[in-house]
Amino acid sequence: MIKNVIEVTAVSKQYRLGLVGTGTLSHDLNRWWHLVRGKEDPYLKIGEENDRTLIGNSEYVWALRDVNLNVKDGEVMGIIGRNGAGKSTLLKLLSRTTAPTTGSIKIKGRVASLLEVGTGFHPELSGRDNIYLNGAILGMTRQEITRKFDEIVEFAGVERYVDTPVKRYSSGMYVRLAFAVAAHLEPEILIVDEVLAVGDAEFQKKCLGKMKDVSTNQGRTVLFVSHNMTAIKNLCNTVAYMKNGKVVMVGETENVINTYLSDGATNDIKQEFASPEEAPGNDAVKLKRIEIVPILDLPHAPITVETPIDVEFEFWNYVDDKPINLSLHLYTMNNECVFNVGSESMYLTKGVHKGVCRIPEHLLNDGSYSISMMIVAERSYALYNFEDVVMFEVHENRAPSGWHGKRPGFVRPKLDFKLV
Amino acid sequence: MKTKDEEWTLIIEPKSNLFDLRLREVWQYKDLLFLFVKRDFKAAYKQTILGPLWHFIQPLFTTIVFLVVFNKIAEIPTDGVPPTLFYMSGIAIWNYFASCLTATSNTFLANAGIFGKVYFPRLILPISIVTSNVIKFGIQFLLLLVVMIYYMLQGNTIHFGISWFVIPFLVLMMALLGLGLGIIISSLTTKYRDFTVLLGFTVQLLMYATPIVYPLSFLINKSYGWLISWNPLTPIVEAFRYALFEQGTFSLGSLLYSLIFIAIIFVIGLITFNRVERSFMDTV
Repeated sequence: MIKNVIEVTAVSKQYRLGLVGTGTLSHDLNRWWHLVRGKEDPYLKIGEENDRTLIGNSEYVWALRDVNLNVKDGEVMGIIGRNGAGKSTLLKLLSRTTAPTTGSIKIKGRVASLLEVGTGFHPELSGRDNIYLNGAILGMTRQEITRKFDEIVEFAGVERYVDTPVKRYSSGMYVRLAFAVAAHLEPEILIVDEVLAVGDAEFQKKCLGKMKDVSTNQGRTVLFVSHNMTAIKNLCNTVAYMKNGKVVMVGETENVINTYLSDGATNDIKQEFASPEEAPGNDAVKLKRIEIVPILDLPHAPITVETPIDVEFEFWNYVDDKPINLSLHLYTMNNECVFNVGSESMYLTKGVHKGVCRIPEHLLNDGSYSISMMIVAERSYALYNFEDVVMFEVHENRAPSGWHGKRPGFVRPKLDFKLV
Repeated sequence: MKTKDEEWTLIIEPKSNLFDLRLREVWQYKDLLFLFVKRDFKAAYKQTILGPLWHFIQPLFTTIVFLVVFNKIAEIPTDGVPPTLFYMSGIAIWNYFASCLTATSNTFLANAGIFGKVYFPRLILPISIVTSNVIKFGIQFLLLLVVMIYYMLQGNTIHFGISWFVIPFLVLMMALLGLGLGIIISSLTTKYRDFTVLLGFTVQLLMYATPIVYPLSFLINKSYGWLISWNPLTPIVEAFRYALFEQGTFSLGSLLYSLIFIAIIFVIGLITFNRVERSFMDTV
């Protein structure tokens, strides 16, 4: 039986929102007074689920609530979830940068985290000094670093600059050096959080390769947080899906990713506001309605790659002295922009206006998408950006064939392609 | 299946034992301590022309100002020690204490960036500050020696003797007191910044409650003399001067009083620091 190397049992983490100020002292004293009398902390009873989109009533919020998670030896586990789901908080607890409010975490072996690379780099010091300093911060001894020094320098590709202060490095070199140090740690458990957001394509490939090497060839346990589903699919055997501070699903990679992707994109195809007072926006523009209207033959049929879609957008306009246009951004669930289109720019009267954008059939690949609508004045600056206001899903409708995999790519154009 | 707790290398729980200070872990990270000291020293004078010479210039000018203000204008006696040496020695030991205290009291705030990302025993940082300040103290002490030799060549009798061996212990006491107070204050400032402001001028004023610009013998018989003699820094400064010049008012009893005071502060410091370091990232 493969043993667990991490056991997270009933872990919760409470944060206090807002400012630390005079009110804090009274809460602190009250809490202390309860504890002195042997009573329970009064502020642990309150607090709400962490949904950043809702305005809560309590100052206290649970970033994690009763999280249970076991990670087996040698497992590469991905952790996915929307922003604010508690992924990073969980990793912070595991890497001991902060302590849990309740519950316990048991760990077997040395843990190293790549929560952010380049920690403790000092700009005035040379690359050589920084490799030693950074390595020691991450838990290596001087001997270990000396042993791996050449390897690190080579991995980073900065041989020529080892004795130059890192403030003279290009940002790419800086990141490569930082990652190289971290990548040469030899912990039993490696925690990685979104390191792939940096560096060029070649370097990203190198990083993924290194992580794969660490996990498969050296049999180490890796916890990997990312919004990049491709990377997760490539690297992880197991995935945990977190939502509002809870682990809602743990299982085989493909399954969990599918659940995660479809979870957010089910019923968000319309938003409507009755009056400007309650609508999002600012003094210039307010959102009245945005809706995904598929042009379907049958009502309630799913949107497929063969369905044309109208994006209808209505807004209250308060700007009549400048030309205005709409700018639509379409994103995948991995937050990659598929395209951006702008409407014509014109002077509008104050009042309600409407824009419609047709996304033709045979354009989008199957998958989940979200739309941001930006209102731009004078073709140069944004009056307001309504971010991720609607989400929708495009389904597959391929005729059955021998192959069931997803067709790669953002777009799925129907092009003239003949064999002659 | 229930696994036994001994198998786990690490168990993270919300509350830790008050006296579980994990000092062994600090020892494991001694390489990091060394590298922090090296970093401080290397980085401090990058892109300066005079470099470490600045360590000489600051005490030199302070001594000159003290000579003018306290010796010439206020005519405060210096216990029979040449005034220049009297002030220089006082400034050296006081600077060490003051810089230890102010720098360590800022530990959590100044290093929130690193602490928020990586775990290592937080105590390493304040200890590294105290250690790199020993080097600065050493440089100032060297300057003092040079001036003492100059005085000797001028025909003044200068005392070199076995009492010099006490000096490292006195410096260590200063280090522990600075560190102890510093980490208490840094623990408090994570939530309430008021203490940073408070510390700023307290350190300045505290110098005047310590026999730096005057000898203890000058005040001991005055009505507020008790205030100065109850200051736990006083015996250390007086003992330091006594070790150097065989002049001063100091007894083993008063030194023992300082020692006990320091021990208590240091233990309180370790415990508060240890409690705060676990979750200070949430409030900083």
